[in-house]
Amino acid sequence: MEVDLDNFKATELTLSLPGSDAPRKPSQVTGKRSHEESCNSEQSSTVPPAKAQAVGWPPVRSCRTNSFRARKNMEITAEKEKSSNGGIYVKVSMDGAPYLRKLDLRLCKGYKDLTHALNSMFECFSPGSLEGHGDECGFAITYEDKDGDWMLAGDVPWEMFISSCKKLRIMKGFEARGLASRT
Amino acid sequence: MTYFPDEVVEHIFDFLSSHRDRNNVSTVCKAWYLVEQLSRLRVFVGNCYAVRPERVMARFPGMKCLTVKGKPHFADFNLVPHDWGGDALPWIETAARCCPGLEELRLKRMVVSDESLELLARAFPNFKSLVLISCEGFSTDGLAEIATHCRGLRELDLQENEVEDHGRQWLSCFPDSCTSLVSLNFACLKGEVNTSALERLVARCQNLRCLKLNRAISIESLIKILARAPNLVELGTGSFTADHRTEAYQNLLNAFYKCNSIRNLSGFWDAAPRYLQAIYSICSSLTVLNLSYAPAIQVNDLIKMIRHCFKLQKLWVLDSIGDKGLAAVACACKELQELRVFPSDVYGTGIAAVTEEGLVAISSGCPKLNSLLYFCHQMTNAALITVAKNCPHFTRFRLCILDPVKPDPISNEPLDEGFGAIVKSCKDLKRLSLSGLLTDKVFLYIGMYASRLEMLSIAFAGESDKGMVYVLNGCKNLKKLEIRDSPFGDAALLENVGKYETMRSLWMSSCDVTQGGCKALAAKMPRLNVEVINEREESDEMVENPSDMHRVEKMYVYRTLTGPRDDAPDFVWTF
Repeated sequence: MEVDLDNFKATELTLSLPGSDAPRKPSQVTGKRSHEESCNSEQSSTVPPAKAQAVGWPPVRSCRTNSFRARKNMEITAEKEKSSNGGIYVKVSMDGAPYLRKLDLRLCKGYKDLTHALNSMFECFSPGSLEGHGDECGFAITYEDKDGDWMLAGDVPWEMFISSCKKLRIMKGFEARGLASRT
Repeated sequence: MTYFPDEVVEHIFDFLSSHRDRNNVSTVCKAWYLVEQLSRLRVFVGNCYAVRPERVMARFPGMKCLTVKGKPHFADFNLVPHDWGGDALPWIETAARCCPGLEELRLKRMVVSDESLELLARAFPNFKSLVLISCEGFSTDGLAEIATHCRGLRELDLQENEVEDHGRQWLSCFPDSCTSLVSLNFACLKGEVNTSALERLVARCQNLRCLKLNRAISIESLIKILARAPNLVELGTGSFTADHRTEAYQNLLNAFYKCNSIRNLSGFWDAAPRYLQAIYSICSSLTVLNLSYAPAIQVNDLIKMIRHCFKLQKLWVLDSIGDKGLAAVACACKELQELRVFPSDVYGTGIAAVTEEGLVAISSGCPKLNSLLYFCHQMTNAALITVAKNCPHFTRFRLCILDPVKPDPISNEPLDEGFGAIVKSCKDLKRLSLSGLLTDKVFLYIGMYASRLEMLSIAFAGESDKGMVYVLNGCKNLKKLEIRDSPFGDAALLENVGKYETMRSLWMSSCDVTQGGCKALAAKMPRLNVEVINEREESDEMVENPSDMHRVEKMYVYRTLTGPRDDAPDFVWTF
């Protein structure tokens, strides 16, 4: 667990001067306080220290940093799990349809796939098709994001979309026309 | 001069609770010294290497309660090597020989082995209370010894220790005959405990008033425990999350409803918002609330809770509370005396959580505030000046700006004037920690105004030796001075050598002090131990005889009656 965070730190960008970083070794995995080498003794104390690289700064006890490290690792692990095996199932509603569906966003590779999947799910409820552009289609694919706002699908990159999408709603009628014509 | 019989003098001394007062009266005359030494029950040793245990116990044969502190404060932040020292065993061994009537032992920043705990458990038949703060070196095996052998144990308080989990069911070692526990705090333990043993223990200890559970305890267990201990005054809740998707909420609500005496709450490691609502009923009686280990609590839930806490005197939170949350605290908690705001994102991604605004809001809303620890991303002189005006009663003021040399972001100036206002206004200030961009000027102010200051922490501050000299010459009550990464060298160190005998200790690391300076200090002041800590990764790089010009990385100076200590590891040189 400790190793992950050190890799994270190794790739962290900092504004330190070249060569002024104290050599860092990975901290021990014993739970005891690590015996880290102090800042490079050649370094003049008038050089501003690299932020977050100075040993023992900020002055927070190990028990607190350990619990946050553990929490951070938990979050990183949760993210990894989410991206590796979990399907992302979201509810899909369509205006006028009597029931909702659930769709695994992981199965779609992009917005085109999404449209296609939605089309096949809700085909039976509407004459026309979702595919097509502008006014002629009369549908708009919208989604609820993490903040609870309703957004038009298609603006953001696909990966960003699936990480923030909580629900899908296929709008139709005059509402949709307004939205669709903007795309 | 009136002459009182010794019993009368002793009775008068009974009213002196502070060890400083007792130290003072014992210097009045020989008679008083003798009466005092025989009647002192509570002994405080601020530095375990300042005096030998034998000498302490010879002087105070009636000792019932002993407090000993070990490593320097900066050990908390990994600046002191792991095996520097601070072993508790000599103190426990000597007490076993000389003061077998010992009832209470409090150790801070010491190395406590399982062997020490075993000796402690067996050597003192009247032992009642063990408090270990920021200690290390022991495991659950040692705790099992304490549980097994300390008949009549009233208090086992483990605060922020590093304890190895050997998986032994230490809690089950409390015998069925143990009914005396008043206080049990094992919040810092990482491993699981036998929850049914815990429930039975709680049920038979009818006097239990303080119980702090560790993260391994779920809500389901908490509910059962609360049912058996409705008279708790202090509670550490454990993880505050449910093992299974049981509907624990209603049971939790009922459990807390019956606990009318709770005044102090902590824990909440994994608290889910819906469970937090269960404690609203007791919020209005709380005087102490510690949410600093609860990163899962969102600001809005925190604010909802805080609104009920109008009797709160002490609040510890994470900086995710934000300025908005602090404004809510300022509105609701008019009795607030102590506030600690810890950083939630120690590896700093720079998302500003609390700023000077939060602090100003608190200072204007909470006039009784006297103790502050505040981690923030920025601070302004104007804000500090306002805080100083609003809260002249600070006794402890610790400000930590996460970027250690950050100036006032609005004026781009150092924070000298801000801290100057604090020391000028807060005449009772005993403890101060500085941060941000600071010149020698702030030390001039500190030397001039901080006459009651006892402990000062300096990091990445100052411009020249003058800064340190202002402090040494000015602060007449200074006891502990700790400095890191500041441009103070030999001239400052040697300017006022007599000062160090009036202080407990001086720590300097990553400053400009040299080997020669340390040697000179040691030569002038034989009653100080001048320790130089030389860490090297590979021992073959260790310079056998570094020149006097060689800069010293870490130096620890303390007054002592014992001379150089005999347990110093080979990387610690005492001059």
